[in-house]
Amino acid sequence: MPTVAVDKADLWERLGQEFSSEEFDTLCFEYGLELDEDTTEEVQEAIKKGLPAERPQLKIEIPANRYDLLCIEGISRALNVFLGKAEPPRYKLVYPPEGESAILNISVHSDTKKIRPLIAGAILRNVKFTPRSYASFIDLQDKLHQNICRRRQLVAIGTHDLDSLQTPFRYEARSPKDIKFAPLNKDKEYTAEELMTVYESDKQLSRYLPIIRDSSVYPIIYDAKDRVLSMPPIINSEHSKITLNTRNVFIECTATDQTKLDIVVNMVATMFSEYCAEPFTIEPVKVIMPDGSSRVSPDLSERNMLAHASYVNSCTGLSLNADEVAKLLRKMSLFPSISSSNPDEIHVNIPATRPDIFHECDVMEDAAIAYGFNNLPHTFPPTSTVGQPLAINKLSDIIRLEWAMAGWTEVLPLTLCSLEENFDFLNHKDDGKIAVKIANPKTLEFQVVRTTLIPGLLKTIRENRSHALPINIFETGDVVFKDPRRERQSRNERHAGAVWCNKTAGFEIVHGVLDRAMKMLEIPRIGSADFKAESGYYLKETSDPMYFPGRAATIYYRPPPQKRKHSAIHKLKHDIEAAIHASDRHDIEIGTLGILHPSVLEKFEIQYPCSALEFTLEPFKKEMQKIWTNDE
Amino acid sequence: MSEQLQQLILDTLEKHSKIEDTRSLDVPDKSDPYEDQLAILGALNSLLSRDMVKYESHDVFSYVLTPEGAHIAKEGSHEARVWAALPAKGQGTPVTPVQLKKAVGDESAKVGQGNAFKRGWIAKEGDGLVKTVDSITDTTQLDLQQIQATGDLKSGDKVLADLRKRKLILQRKGQWFTVQKGPSFSTSIAKPETDLTADMLTSGAWKTSTFKKYNFEAEGIPTSGGALHPLLKVREELRDIFLEMGFAEMPTSSFVESAFWCFDALFVPQQHPARDLQDTFYISDPPKSLPPEPSYYKRVSTVHEHGGYGSAGYRAPWSHEESSKLLLRTHTTASSAHMLYKLAAKCRGEDIEGDEKEFTHGAKPTTKHGEKQDDDGFRPAKLFSIDRVFRNETMDATHLAEFHQVEGVVADKGLTLADLIGFMRVFFSKMGIEQVRFKPAYNPYTEPSLEIFAFHPMLNKWVEVGNSGMFRPEMLEPMGFPKDVRVHGWGLSLERPTMIRYGINNIRTLLGHKVSVESVENSPAVMF
Repeated sequence: MPTVAVDKADLWERLGQEFSSEEFDTLCFEYGLELDEDTTEEVQEAIKKGLPAERPQLKIEIPANRYDLLCIEGISRALNVFLGKAEPPRYKLVYPPEGESAILNISVHSDTKKIRPLIAGAILRNVKFTPRSYASFIDLQDKLHQNICRRRQLVAIGTHDLDSLQTPFRYEARSPKDIKFAPLNKDKEYTAEELMTVYESDKQLSRYLPIIRDSSVYPIIYDAKDRVLSMPPIINSEHSKITLNTRNVFIECTATDQTKLDIVVNMVATMFSEYCAEPFTIEPVKVIMPDGSSRVSPDLSERNMLAHASYVNSCTGLSLNADEVAKLLRKMSLFPSISSSNPDEIHVNIPATRPDIFHECDVMEDAAIAYGFNNLPHTFPPTSTVGQPLAINKLSDIIRLEWAMAGWTEVLPLTLCSLEENFDFLNHKDDGKIAVKIANPKTLEFQVVRTTLIPGLLKTIRENRSHALPINIFETGDVVFKDPRRERQSRNERHAGAVWCNKTAGFEIVHGVLDRAMKMLEIPRIGSADFKAESGYYLKETSDPMYFPGRAATIYYRPPPQKRKHSAIHKLKHDIEAAIHASDRHDIEIGTLGILHPSVLEKFEIQYPCSALEFTLEPFKKEMQKIWTNDE
Repeated sequence: MSEQLQQLILDTLEKHSKIEDTRSLDVPDKSDPYEDQLAILGALNSLLSRDMVKYESHDVFSYVLTPEGAHIAKEGSHEARVWAALPAKGQGTPVTPVQLKKAVGDESAKVGQGNAFKRGWIAKEGDGLVKTVDSITDTTQLDLQQIQATGDLKSGDKVLADLRKRKLILQRKGQWFTVQKGPSFSTSIAKPETDLTADMLTSGAWKTSTFKKYNFEAEGIPTSGGALHPLLKVREELRDIFLEMGFAEMPTSSFVESAFWCFDALFVPQQHPARDLQDTFYISDPPKSLPPEPSYYKRVSTVHEHGGYGSAGYRAPWSHEESSKLLLRTHTTASSAHMLYKLAAKCRGEDIEGDEKEFTHGAKPTTKHGEKQDDDGFRPAKLFSIDRVFRNETMDATHLAEFHQVEGVVADKGLTLADLIGFMRVFFSKMGIEQVRFKPAYNPYTEPSLEIFAFHPMLNKWVEVGNSGMFRPEMLEPMGFPKDVRVHGWGLSLERPTMIRYGINNIRTLLGHKVSVESVENSPAVMF
């Protein structure tokens, strides 16, 4: 959320009263702002010490969709209306005194389509800036650039001293070699190519260079005398820069999307039109597109939306009539009028400063804010439903409790790890088929989503060197595998894992932990060559390089036959399979256990032998019951 | 030894009725006085626990030899050893300093020469040294031997101070005791029983045995069980709250989400900052998601790009590529969106895909008077989840790349904002948070959006504890929900209340491999 610093004394003056910190905090809270900081004390402290001090400021957090509150002008306008101290302004387009035909033309060259096709403009006439309003003007542009403009990517704003320029203007796109001008705060001319190098080391501007750098053409705005106004989205020209003495301000915005372009140009124009000789008037410009079509900018027309008192009531739980709702909406700087034909209907005119309103629900929210969220009645929803835990979580909890009761301590490592930890460190190869990889990790720690719980358990042991031996820890948690059949191309799988670390490796100890879990899940232990058993689990030696040779086993599970198949035919089929030693063809590998290979221990910097166990819990998930509802 | 000593104390008391000074006792297996008194203290405490004696203790300072002092006590002082190594005057070749060093060692030669000269024991003759006296008294050795034997020195404090300065002895605080008969005095030290045993029960010996007094100040023997992780103890408590309130747990087993489900379906604009590389982990492999159900996808992209359902929409260009990106979910609301889509299946006239028993929903809605309404397929639901989410954040004391989100969703016809606020008050009071208030906020998928603040009595201020709101029509209606269905949603982090519960300031001591196993073993139970 953006934070705006406003001059405290100026704000009080605009609001016509002084607030205590608590009072203002409460006001902000009700309106949906947050008073982050009041620098008054800091400033007084500095003055006491004889240090240079700025004027006391209030730092206010603004909701990210309220671009109209990104400056003191907008905040004070909104709060004055909210407090009932003022009527909201109605912004007006005023053509030049010479008439509509004298409107400033900006013609757009078709090459701009290759890089930044859209432009809009507005003129503020007879402006009087003070140093503080000038600073606020610059600051608003910066705030817009950082937020809705997505760091100038979507929209870039330039402001110019209109009197230094000759109309009409042209918006073109040219090869960087063919662009040459003196940019803001430089007295020398550079080609656009050179500027790309010059600004490489500029902390601020270097961030915007990639937006156009690799394009064959760069956007550029000229006046009638071929003087550059700006090269969006990078820099304005020195020639047309605005100063405290500028009287007529030309605002231009260039963009890749029309909606955001309109929002931004409207914000800059409406917020600062209060400094015009005739406040809240804006002189439009005409943008002539390459196909000859044209549009007048800015478009400050109010949008009309139909709201209903009944909708507001049904959403908020209030019972207001249209009059009362309209009164609330007025507090939020909207212009409601009640329908003459339907007493429930309210025609709401939405000023150009409120592009955050898309839907009647946004109007409803404004009414609720004006009423006060904390003044609403407290009711309890009558929705009647039956609670139910998720099967896999219930199963996990059983294992967690059983293992904790068996003397094991639960740990909670992270799900993300490095590629090495997930594969190389375990003597496993990454075949590119199982692990989900992250494109933009900030550190090596987060390259991959784990496919096994072992690295996290071993890292936990590594970090707990000072713990008395043995260290016996476990985790039940999700690992993630690639799965091309699914929409999200991957699936989580709930695993249970445990590691025993002591002076002797203790294979039989993790084996015991497995046996305990299975016993509690009523899965019988069967022999690895038992083809008669209907269901159960057994171990078979394996040669996983993560484990010490001859001390590793795969855990197999033979699921019980489906209930419905529990027939004589099924039994016969099973008997035949058992006779030909084929009944294990339904058996699934659920995991492994063993003594960890010394080279694995070395990679995880563990000095003592360890045994590890990991298996999936998914096959043991109980099918959920269908909960009774009165539908059926 | 201990029993012998106890017997000795009891016998002496029997004879003299009082022991003025335990140092006078003729201790068997005498070692040094300090150790003797320690042994006596052990015996006295044992007798005291049976009320057989009473005693007073007195402090006394005694001295012990340092290793160097012990060496001198055995071998003699450096000067004595120098003297002994030299020939008497006129009887043999004087010993040169080099030879002397060889004979008695560097240290003794160096220190001993000076002291021996000072005492007039030796003299120079030519290049060498000779004895000047026939016999010497090595007082240092004798003093140290006396200290070794008695812990003290009769010749007094000045010499002791000098020996301490020379680092030959150390002062040690010791004790001695004055002993009197206790209320249960007897000369018989029949050992009291410490515990009731099975044998006693069989033999009936418990009836006559005396039992050792139990020290209730001592700690019990630590148990040897395992432990559950503190964060998951808080998770259990929160799950219980949801289950008690009739919520069904949602499946959230997809850490990997598509941008479509994580953002687009929730009406988060495609240019929203939360979708930046700085904030979200994107997946490079696999490269992109399979397309969602085409007609739903179309409805979602249309409401973004052109509006609909009474909304103007974002009117910004729609990118299919952006929508099909895979990422690690930044919130479990992605899973909730998918569940809501499932819940709306019947409203769309479809069957619920996949496992329809995965979640429960309520009954067919009725009117206030219990009459059946036209069935539009909608069924109310209360759903929750607590699971992991991922943010590509720079890690610090309060931020980790992974944390747990607690999320609740209520879907029903005619739900109101007042219901949401009332419900939140009940939910948080079940967490022990009585004072809550609500601030209007912005969230792309809820309108209204409310930040929940709770009064923190320890910090004496209001702190943000969660977010809530009513899902936007632009999200619900493309799923197929009828217009009058309202859905409340709220979320909070699991780590925040856990850190407050356990007084933890650094999240890294709560989650991840750096957490100390010992802290897991010792974290108390949680009752909200």
